[in-house]
Amino acid sequence: MSLEVLAPGLLTSVQDMGRHAARAFGVGVGGAADGFSCRVANLLVGNPADSAALEITLHGPTLRLHRAATIALCGAMIDAQADGLALPGWRPVALPAGCTLTLGACSRGARAYLAIDGGIDVPAILGSLGTDLRSGFGGFAGRALRTGDRLGLGSPLAAIVATDAPRIVPWWIDAEPDLDLADSIVVRVLPGSDATMPADALHAQEFVVASASNRQGLRLHGAALRLADARERVSEPVVPGTVQLPQDGAPIVLLADAQTIGGYPRIGHVIAADLPRLAQRRASQRLRFVPIDRKRAERANVEQRARLARIALAIAGRRSEDRLF
Amino acid sequence: MLLRLGETLDAETNRRVHACATSLRAQAPGWLVDITPAFASLTLHVDATRIGGDDPLRVAHDWLAGWRARIDDAPVDAHCIEVPVWYGNEAGPDLADVAAHAGIAIDEAIARHATGEYTVAMLGFAPGFPYLLGLDATLAMPRHVTPRKRVEAGSVGIGGAQTGIYPNAGPGGWRLIGRTPLRLFDAQRDPPSLLRAGDRVRFVAIDAAAFAAVDESLL
Repeated sequence: MSLEVLAPGLLTSVQDMGRHAARAFGVGVGGAADGFSCRVANLLVGNPADSAALEITLHGPTLRLHRAATIALCGAMIDAQADGLALPGWRPVALPAGCTLTLGACSRGARAYLAIDGGIDVPAILGSLGTDLRSGFGGFAGRALRTGDRLGLGSPLAAIVATDAPRIVPWWIDAEPDLDLADSIVVRVLPGSDATMPADALHAQEFVVASASNRQGLRLHGAALRLADARERVSEPVVPGTVQLPQDGAPIVLLADAQTIGGYPRIGHVIAADLPRLAQRRASQRLRFVPIDRKRAERANVEQRARLARIALAIAGRRSEDRLF
Repeated sequence: MLLRLGETLDAETNRRVHACATSLRAQAPGWLVDITPAFASLTLHVDATRIGGDDPLRVAHDWLAGWRARIDDAPVDAHCIEVPVWYGNEAGPDLADVAAHAGIAIDEAIARHATGEYTVAMLGFAPGFPYLLGLDATLAMPRHVTPRKRVEAGSVGIGGAQTGIYPNAGPGGWRLIGRTPLRLFDAQRDPPSLLRAGDRVRFVAIDAAAFAAVDESLL
């Protein structure tokens, strides 16, 4: 009952919702960079939202399914085929045992999520099934997938109907407004503990994502920013979403693999609800920061959770109506 | 939520950070998901959904304000740990430079490092990486301008006024003076980190043979 890796893709790793109780040991949260898409993918195949799925970066893997399975692809728009049949995203697809799933380039967005019913079966380490790629533990062997890997799959909660060919349902989930894969996007940012000079410098220009970006952070190019107060700082905790300003004046927005503590000045924090769209930025795409206050940020987070809850209900209703899976 | 107890890197502020973390862990309100203690501050990771209401962070803030007055004298949950170090040679390629920078002999540099009493100010940079306070001021030396591409696991380094230990092999810019055979971080272990923030550390000089002996016993 496994998933065989025929080709690994650019950077494919097992991820879930991350580690939330080991920061005092210097272990960052990690987990899916775009937690929204990863959750929806899991819900679509009948998994708990925090199950382990595959995070695919820019170019996907080729996989063989050694059992019949229901899969879903969310996040970036990705070229996907099952035994030569093109597969659409954001919906459940039933695949027969022995099927070859070929995932190509992400045409829009940076990270696609592949959920499989039953989830990827890997041991929990420090409270998470996700891969800590920087430190080399968790997920599958603490690393990105390689050709020849065989990943175990969990037992699906719902019985699988055996199919001879892929079956695709005629409905899908709309990721608006939680994702925005356009070339230029807006993200909402709370003030940080360090001020820029002038104070609104972070909001006054559009930034371009640099190619040196990864799961740890997005490096941004633009007119160099300056601090109001250039004294040395004592290192303080940072989180995904923290906007750091190194000496060169080019900000870095931390993503899922953020370290726990950082020494750079912190000039803002992107709100949790906007981390998914941030995680979908690719090199040379643009983004603009708009200021938000704490109350509206909290409301945006609550609204996103409410949308996820409605999506979960809608999927559960559809799945029982269709009696497909 | 960031709780800032000071803006300097000093032992007393740092002790209060760990007293605060120890006390918070003992109280452990359900909405407190995790704590990140740093040098002079700590971040409380709050699950707003477990607080509820219109302004959950305000609730957490008010709870904290009522509780903070009582923390400063709280005890720190700390252990004393001896860390064996093979100083110099291939284990510490920068030891001679550190000694020269301090204007002392290599043996004297080792003695000054090994007689120090250190406190784990925080774990960060990488899982299990301890930032240690208590370095003899004469041994302080700025880190390399260009970091090494590879530092071996267990390497003991000096970065400015601090000393630390690299848990895993990887890039790093600190001046390397020795190496310990102890495993500082193992995700499969409970707890995963040999040292915890607030712990006290003493270094014990060992030779290459003792290093190899301990190393083999860990394999």
